[in-house]
Amino acid sequence: MNTVYKETCQAVVVGAGHAGCEAALACARLGIETVMFTVSVDSIALMPCNPNIGGTSKGHLVREIDALGGEMGKNIDRTFIQSKMLNVSKGPAVHSLRAQADKAEYSRSMRRVLENTDHLSIVQAEVAEILTEGTEENLIVKGIRTTSGAIYEAQTVILCTGTYLRARCIYGDVSTYTGPNGLQAANHLTDSLKRLGVEMYRFKTGTPARIDKRSIDFSKMEEQFGDEKVIPFSFTTDPETVQIPQVSCWLTYTNEKTHEIIRKNLDRSPLYSGMIEGTGPRYCPSIEDKVVRFADKNRHQVFIEPEGLYTNEMYVGGMSSSLPEDVQHAMYSSVAGLEHVRIVRNAYAIEYDCIDARQLYPSLEFKKIRGLFSGGQFNGSSGYEEAAAQGLIAGINAARMIQKKDPLILDRSQAYIGVLIDDLVTKENREPYRMMTSRSEYRLLLRQDNADLRLTKTGYEVGLISEERYQGLLDKERQIQEEIKRVEKVHVGTSEEVQRLLEQYESTPLHSGISLAELIRRPELNYEALAPIDPDRPSLLRGVAEQVNIHIKYDGYIRRQLKQVEQFQKLEYKKIPDELDYDEVPSLRIEARQKLKEVRPVSVGQAFRISGVSPADISVLLVWLEQRKGRKD
Amino acid sequence: MRESDTIAAAATAMSSSGIGIIRISGEEAFSIMKKIFRPYRKEKDMSAQPSYTVHYGTVEEGEEVLDEVLVLLMRGPHSYTAEDTVEIDCHGGRLVMQRILDLVIKNGARPAEPGEFTKRAFLNGRIDLSQAEAVMDLIQSRNRMALKSSVSQLQGSVRQQIEKLRSQILYETAFLEAALDDPEHISLDGYSEELLKKVEVICGEIEKLLKSSESGRILKEGIKTVILGKPNAGKSSLLNVLLGEERAIVTEIEGTTRDVLEEQLQLGDLSLLLLDTAGIRSTEDIVEQIGVDRARKQAEDADLILYVADSSRPLNESDEEILSLLEGKKSLVLLNKSDLEPVVTPEIMRERTKHKVLLISAKEEQGIRELEDEIRSLFFQGEVDFNDEILITNARHKAALQDARASLSMVKESIQNGMPEDFYTIDLTDAYQALGRILGEEMGEDLINEIFGKFCMGK
Repeated sequence: MNTVYKETCQAVVVGAGHAGCEAALACARLGIETVMFTVSVDSIALMPCNPNIGGTSKGHLVREIDALGGEMGKNIDRTFIQSKMLNVSKGPAVHSLRAQADKAEYSRSMRRVLENTDHLSIVQAEVAEILTEGTEENLIVKGIRTTSGAIYEAQTVILCTGTYLRARCIYGDVSTYTGPNGLQAANHLTDSLKRLGVEMYRFKTGTPARIDKRSIDFSKMEEQFGDEKVIPFSFTTDPETVQIPQVSCWLTYTNEKTHEIIRKNLDRSPLYSGMIEGTGPRYCPSIEDKVVRFADKNRHQVFIEPEGLYTNEMYVGGMSSSLPEDVQHAMYSSVAGLEHVRIVRNAYAIEYDCIDARQLYPSLEFKKIRGLFSGGQFNGSSGYEEAAAQGLIAGINAARMIQKKDPLILDRSQAYIGVLIDDLVTKENREPYRMMTSRSEYRLLLRQDNADLRLTKTGYEVGLISEERYQGLLDKERQIQEEIKRVEKVHVGTSEEVQRLLEQYESTPLHSGISLAELIRRPELNYEALAPIDPDRPSLLRGVAEQVNIHIKYDGYIRRQLKQVEQFQKLEYKKIPDELDYDEVPSLRIEARQKLKEVRPVSVGQAFRISGVSPADISVLLVWLEQRKGRKD
Repeated sequence: MRESDTIAAAATAMSSSGIGIIRISGEEAFSIMKKIFRPYRKEKDMSAQPSYTVHYGTVEEGEEVLDEVLVLLMRGPHSYTAEDTVEIDCHGGRLVMQRILDLVIKNGARPAEPGEFTKRAFLNGRIDLSQAEAVMDLIQSRNRMALKSSVSQLQGSVRQQIEKLRSQILYETAFLEAALDDPEHISLDGYSEELLKKVEVICGEIEKLLKSSESGRILKEGIKTVILGKPNAGKSSLLNVLLGEERAIVTEIEGTTRDVLEEQLQLGDLSLLLLDTAGIRSTEDIVEQIGVDRARKQAEDADLILYVADSSRPLNESDEEILSLLEGKKSLVLLNKSDLEPVVTPEIMRERTKHKVLLISAKEEQGIRELEDEIRSLFFQGEVDFNDEILITNARHKAALQDARASLSMVKESIQNGMPEDFYTIDLTDAYQALGRILGEEMGEDLINEIFGKFCMGK
């Protein structure tokens, strides 16, 4: 008789990328016995594409992950080699932190954390099957089976398979069935999921070549430095510890010759020959896409970024491609400074299986399979930060399910994470989803600078934030409130000192006394600038001055958004019972009925965001719910 | 979806008969009422008045008194909608009702959606559950009807114009967002000044559309007409001729007697809305009795001024004053023939004014036909061309245009105050959505699609 290895744990995490790491850590830190599976322990927290963490809106996500007790922010603070706050000349809502990572260090450092977390063990194996019990309409997860036949029983399984499901890498007419960087693909799980009734999509993304630093002529490029004063991602990182020597990135451009080479060889691109069937992202087009779609542009920017301190490999940002090898050589070497380029790894496109995330609740649990959660690129997103954010929420909610607690659901007015997940589970996504600040309706409230104020309390209640950190936050909150009150109250007169300071900032001189707050509201002034004429200013905790400044300066706009949020929450808090039968609701239009049945929104607010559902349908739904409630009473 | 903001609508048909009721419901109902209503006893604190009380006073817009009204206060939950509710009982007449409603909206309410009072009443538990289905039906059917009439009221040319403005706004928003998302690829240097100019152009276009809503209103509701002239110049005889003897000007309303402020009349296929006919009837003396100021206000309000001059008496200061009121307005000078030898000939009059001078005899009903022709040419072929001009006739469309204009003003303000660029998109998006309401279109993924479609992004 064949016997198989069998083990029982509480949670299984499939995949050790950025989603898998956060999911596993969240579960284990909440005391859940967790086993994390990866096809290669050496590729934990791998960064197979761009060598950086953060950027516009993604930097927000990292800060939010940190405030909730996730690991990504701390890990990049430990392993960055250059850091920059983007958009500093613009409003605080769009300031975004981005750091270049030492890829190997990032991966090693995360692995160290995972390996030293209690209740967490790592297993190198490919998961082939999700085990369930119950009928088709009422499936419950029981565990997983690996390709070698081993069974791990668990109450919850979190799928974070990234781009590995039936992955295929392609350039020119070369195509290999591997995951990124030639890693082993996971070829069995898709079929298991399909058998469980999960609908699968096929998405595509791509990465540029890596080149040898020694073959680059940097004299023909512009050097891009990091910030003089580095700001850490994590609210727990001491800013002194991140003031380290930084390495540079380099800027160069494509030219007409590059574009000519690309145009001449378009017929050899697998994209145009139909060899690639997956849907690629519009926001991250390959260089051949850019040349075709933006034909009037005679050059495109190319950023040359180091992959780490340990290696001479450089990332060619802006030139991802799936053109054949010979064309890649010709195309890259036509760029200024890359005339003698040595390619280490070719650019390639990668296709992979993922799901339509409308099959998930906002908790990231499958609607039809109790206990099965998923996060990351598997859910149709793209990007390390998007993945980590979902992994964290999936992990937290898997743990909460086991602990019989209500799931943690952040709404669109609370966090970018809320926007991200709501978009994924509500809207039909035809390409890998990337976060953008413009996707957030309440952008001015959801800033990266106040992520701790928005979410630390939630992280504390969940159990991932320490008492000490939470108390620190309460102190900060208190100081902010007191200091805002103080500068509203303190008036300055028309003393010579005041006028001199105003003159220094080219600000209109005063005719009579005015509050400090009024002065802060002037575009050319800010809280810091007024220090010399504000002798009673107390010494404040880190970050308090920034909050005071923003609150006073943008008060009117912030109030407007808060009012909108109030409206928004009214519908968001109107829950739709799980078992509601839309066929019973009279007067719904057919299209709306269909869409509602498909998505099964959890709240009236979510229903309203489904395309094809009109305001009148929402009114009808509200009336129906009211009537239903009345009947029950 | 705006669930708890304050809504307003006429609760009775907008016609010229009887009493009209404007109903306001929502959190701001009382504060809006306070802004526009002046109680008869001026020291009365309206926000301190108890529920179910009625107050007498006037609705005022700035200095101008729009109407004498009764205001009925109902505090939530003891009202039809279970929200704070104010009802303004005014003197009917679509013009007055429309102006009061406009004023209420200007002060923070929005036009109610079809069936919305009923919906709120239901959701707030004021209507029997057994009626739920009827309420749901009503919402959908009223909505369909409103949509249908709204669409039919939207001319093809208006739609095109609004679509054009909307796509311009979307493009600028997408450009801003693309630059904010990808600051290393797209620069915003010098863009603010450029955007300011573009927004001003768009504002100008919206302004034109709003102006056209006046023409649209003229078509729908008639030409607001005021008759001016010295005492005994023949205004009331003209009025009688126009209205026909048998028509009563003073309407008896049960319990009260009051002069109506407006009177609608049909002149061939033209519809005229005569203002302050009561004043003419009772005193024959608009300018001297009620003062030049009020005459001026009326003249400002009017689409058309008919100036009745007595040809038997020489022109004096009063005539000069009236003539000055005609400047910049569509006006006709009517020289009323008398039995006496004319002192003022058309030639003398034409030296004083650029407006058309007509000879009429109110007594013998001569020249009325010519008057009709002149009014028609003034409004339908002459200076306003109804065939080419874009017309906005729907109140909801107008409110949406006003919202868009207000949002764009905020954009201008943000630029002028030196706010960072990301603040512009807040109000640009609002303007885009406001215009979308006219077309019945949601924002959806428009912005994201525009960003990716028009701008080269990313790695």
